Amino acid sequence: MIPKLPFFSKKEPIDKSRVYLPDRREFLKISSLIGGGFLLGVNFQCAGPKGETRTFAPNAYLRIASDNTVTIIAHRSEMGTGIRTTLPMVLADELGADWKAVRIEQAVGDEATYGDQNTDGSYSIRMFFEPMRRAGATARHMLRQAAAEQWDLDVSGCDTRDGMVIHESSGQQIPFGDLVERLQQLSIPEEESLTLRSLSDYTLVGKDVPIYDIQEITQGKARFGADLDLPGQQIAVILRSPVVGATIRSYNEEKALQVPGVTQVIKIAGNGLHPGLNKPLEGLAVLADHTWAAMKGREALEVDWDLGDNWDYQCATQMEAMIASTQQEGRLRREKGSVKTAFAGGGKAFENTYRAPYYAHATIEPPAALADYKDDGSIVIWAPTQHPQWARDSVAEALDMDVSRVTVHVTLLGGGFGRKSKPDFVVEAALLSKAIQKPVRVQWTREDDLHHDFYHSHSAQRIKAQLDGSGKLVAWNHHTVFPAIGGTSNAEELHPSDGEMGLGCTDFPYDVPNIRIESHEARAHTRVGWLRSVSNIHHAFAICTMLDEIAEDQRMDPVDYVLSLLGEDRKLSFAEEMKGSYPNYGEAIEEYPWDTARMKAVIRRVAAEAGWEEAINQGKTLGFAAHKSFLTYVACIVEVAEDASGNLIIPEVHYAVDCGIPVNTDRIRSQFEGGAQFATSLALSSAIRFENGQVIQNNFDGYQIIRMPEAPKKIYTHIIESTEKPTGVGEPPVPPFIPALCNALYKLKGKRIYELPIKEGFA
Amino acid sequence: MEKYRLSVNGKMQEVTAPADMPLLWVIRDLLSLKGTKFGCGQALCGACTVHVDGVATRSCSLPVSAVGDRAVTTIEGLSPTGDHPLQQAWEAHVVPQCGYCQSGQLMNAAALLAENPRPSESEIEAAMAGNLCRCGTYNRIKDAILTASSQS
Repeated sequence: MIPKLPFFSKKEPIDKSRVYLPDRREFLKISSLIGGGFLLGVNFQCAGPKGETRTFAPNAYLRIASDNTVTIIAHRSEMGTGIRTTLPMVLADELGADWKAVRIEQAVGDEATYGDQNTDGSYSIRMFFEPMRRAGATARHMLRQAAAEQWDLDVSGCDTRDGMVIHESSGQQIPFGDLVERLQQLSIPEEESLTLRSLSDYTLVGKDVPIYDIQEITQGKARFGADLDLPGQQIAVILRSPVVGATIRSYNEEKALQVPGVTQVIKIAGNGLHPGLNKPLEGLAVLADHTWAAMKGREALEVDWDLGDNWDYQCATQMEAMIASTQQEGRLRREKGSVKTAFAGGGKAFENTYRAPYYAHATIEPPAALADYKDDGSIVIWAPTQHPQWARDSVAEALDMDVSRVTVHVTLLGGGFGRKSKPDFVVEAALLSKAIQKPVRVQWTREDDLHHDFYHSHSAQRIKAQLDGSGKLVAWNHHTVFPAIGGTSNAEELHPSDGEMGLGCTDFPYDVPNIRIESHEARAHTRVGWLRSVSNIHHAFAICTMLDEIAEDQRMDPVDYVLSLLGEDRKLSFAEEMKGSYPNYGEAIEEYPWDTARMKAVIRRVAAEAGWEEAINQGKTLGFAAHKSFLTYVACIVEVAEDASGNLIIPEVHYAVDCGIPVNTDRIRSQFEGGAQFATSLALSSAIRFENGQVIQNNFDGYQIIRMPEAPKKIYTHIIESTEKPTGVGEPPVPPFIPALCNALYKLKGKRIYELPIKEGFA
Repeated sequence: MEKYRLSVNGKMQEVTAPADMPLLWVIRDLLSLKGTKFGCGQALCGACTVHVDGVATRSCSLPVSAVGDRAVTTIEGLSPTGDHPLQQAWEAHVVPQCGYCQSGQLMNAAALLAENPRPSESEIEAAMAGNLCRCGTYNRIKDAILTASSQS
């Protein structure tokens, strides 16, 4: 089962919404969840697979209580981006609510009620900004109407602010809560009669708004995946197949059962050589009264594994084969003009091979989930999942039960980065709870997390670039090869999908007359998944370091060179040139074309803010790169230096970003600060390696992520003012940072970087 | 299984546990204090940091039998009202992203300030190097520690 991912398939555009009053039956159902008061439901209408209008009803709830509390449902998962705060904030601002009186409730996973809840692909803001505004505007319209009736004044003189309806000229004001009864008598206004506030009228949107959960977090009260207990629960720690596809020949549980606190050992069947994205690996679960006993019990298990076909998988060997394959003709993915003719035309050519390793997500919270299988054959789950609906569907499938009997509550996520979209760990808890008819909490260890992740693929790329006699770049031939995400489920999927190719490879935006982009075959020997910005990571690394190399050869400033390569202001759709589809992150290309003018603007901005020319003249060592991903335009300048003992330091990072309307500026900056640090790890330190089918890194000593002394010292994010549709910022900071750092390091050390991670090669 | 009497957040608690059970699991599983987090089990990430007689300690690697009569403080006991200068500074700088590592970061920072009330930036970096954050809040953590230290 492939989830609805924006880079796999076209996303259903959610651009229509209808606000309505729930009927009595629905009202009672909702009231039982979030209390009484005035309730508003929001339908988000979506185009279905055949273009028909589908209505999800109702999609979000807003409740105004007589005590003036406004309750807003957050239906997206919070993993650190701030989305649980930011979307309700949009509704509250449009409504004119008093933000301090707003309560946020987390939705359970339910497609029929909430529509899309897959918190992935940096598209929450992009898809739900407008519907949230309209929901707020509807309630505001009704509040004004109710107050005008109460005062017998004209509605046009009424507005909302700080949780009150205010009549400016008469000076009257009334709190929202006092209008609840009147609101319940009103009907929903026509869509056409709604007026949205202008951007300048907002008091929260476009500002720095702190996250809703901040005090809970700083006081240790916030609840993550492993923080809930149920009476009678058992804790499960699972020994999983060391090699993907391995199966248990036999096992002996006696010694495990002797560990005090261990109650039983249960086998979980795997799904074979291509285990899929939502199924558990084969394993033995040790159930115990507490976590420590389960861990000790697992150590005492004796298992005879049939390691299966992947027993001799060496990632280093596959890397060499992938590199060799890029010398051959591959599958054509985009073509413009003829690179062959251009190659024959003479002039200087550049040809480089780039390699990048497997990466693990390594969220500091390892996967964990609590499942409670009940006597009536229903099951209730609490899990830190990015995709509660997929978790729900996967549990229903694994337990062979109707999906209506599965409830998935979403806790806070201790980091996600794509890992916690996959519900394998949720299914494990569900299977075990059903097996013992008691609540079970599955706890992964760090070793489990690093050994059994859905990894970012290792990759090889070869780029050949051809200049003509005058130094103009006339041909670009990009070969890319990496085990595709689809290969995790399907042995036949040996090439990256159109979606993965569209992540920074086939959407090459530069004004080059001859372009040829090819992919090559690579088999998945492990579970491959998606990690923060996905294939953009390795594609941007190769493209942006190559351009820097050509600029240097042509004695051009790299910033000027990239600006000139972007050419005239153009809106690109790549229409005639793609040899497959171009999903464009799930959006219509007409609405979100590749806009070179927007990219040039962020490049100019970052160069100005970083003082690019002055800094270089002062002897600072700076690198530059620009990359658009997830419809967000980003340019980045990284400064590097060496300290007295020759250690690399990153004194300063500047980002400029055009993400359309900036919604929560503080959370935009925090995503860029975090993105730079995440990317520093990928560039310098992190790598997962397979030997004999097994991951050889066990914990944070082997799989290294940066620590505070290695982090960039100052990170500045310059946000472009815009009235374009807002786009996400979770992933886009990562791709350009890595090549910007590599380009700076080249200036420092005089050596080009063709392989990640680069720490070993630095000294 | 042995019986242990532990002082946790100023309260004496009796628990029955195997001698090798790490303090982390005593705190989380037996005392149901969930603010202290599990991250690596090997004292490599700092998510489980608590104070043992005021010293920042990785509770995942300290067996319950080794605690003795030393006073254990968890994030829940850092300040009775949740307004320790560091908690206030964390709020002012909106430090957390996902928030998972922040209990450990705060406990480690509190031990640092107790020992060195005016740390330099490089002293902060060195003292906080054992606490991993995957979201990338290191800059704000450093800024928040500097803010709290300037106010004490």
